[in-house]
Amino acid sequence: MASGVKPRVKVPKKAAAGESVTLKTLISHKMESGQRKDSDGNAIPRSIINRFTCEFNGESVIDVTMEPAISTNPYFEFEAMVPEAGEFKFTWYDDDGSVYEETKAIAIG
Amino acid sequence: MELTRRNAIAMGAGALLIAGLPIRVSAAAEDAIAAFTGGAEVGAGDISLTAPEIAENGNTVPIEVSSDTAVEIMVLATGNPTPGVATFKFGKLAGSRAASTRIRLAGTQDVVAVAKLEDGSFVQASSTVKVTIGGCGG
Repeated sequence: MASGVKPRVKVPKKAAAGESVTLKTLISHKMESGQRKDSDGNAIPRSIINRFTCEFNGESVIDVTMEPAISTNPYFEFEAMVPEAGEFKFTWYDDDGSVYEETKAIAIG
Repeated sequence: MELTRRNAIAMGAGALLIAGLPIRVSAAAEDAIAAFTGGAEVGAGDISLTAPEIAENGNTVPIEVSSDTAVEIMVLATGNPTPGVATFKFGKLAGSRAASTRIRLAGTQDVVAVAKLEDGSFVQASSTVKVTIGGCGG
């Protein structure tokens, strides 16, 4: 179980309708690759976040499948179209079954 | 070191092992590409992969992929113990078909991005990254 997992996302407070906005997300996670060994030479088991999704009002923006080659504290930057006011929902799926969620509202203005 | 018959054999075996490694790894990357494309031909074209020429620390290498008409983009690190890095699927509300992230690289190698375009064809781009310190804990 990964401890101290904290998602952080950066979403503008408002946007013009139909505008595309840049979203930045970061989640603190050690992303143990399964390749490292501890001091006794035993392999440390893999523990990563294997999937990240972003949705806006239920419509998919991006869906990322992640492998152990993603860095510690996975960071993503991408753009989303904002057709109307609503809420972004970010979801991270951990190897151990945990799901981390974060939501951010955006207004039209 | 004295060059005895035993030493010569040991050195030869070591050299073979080192030479054999990259071949095996790139075969794994080719398998991953084949699995992604379903054996379809991969051309060049509408895709760009931005990666630094030299990465001081292989633990976190910033990369960016973009392709105006892609539905899906897969990124591979051909020199890692497992070549897969990430697959980006763009949904209906994607503002642009681009994403950036940070990846781990075990050593100097080629990073490859393969995109599936809207018309069902596949294109790829690659970029060589020199890594000073490896990022896979070896």
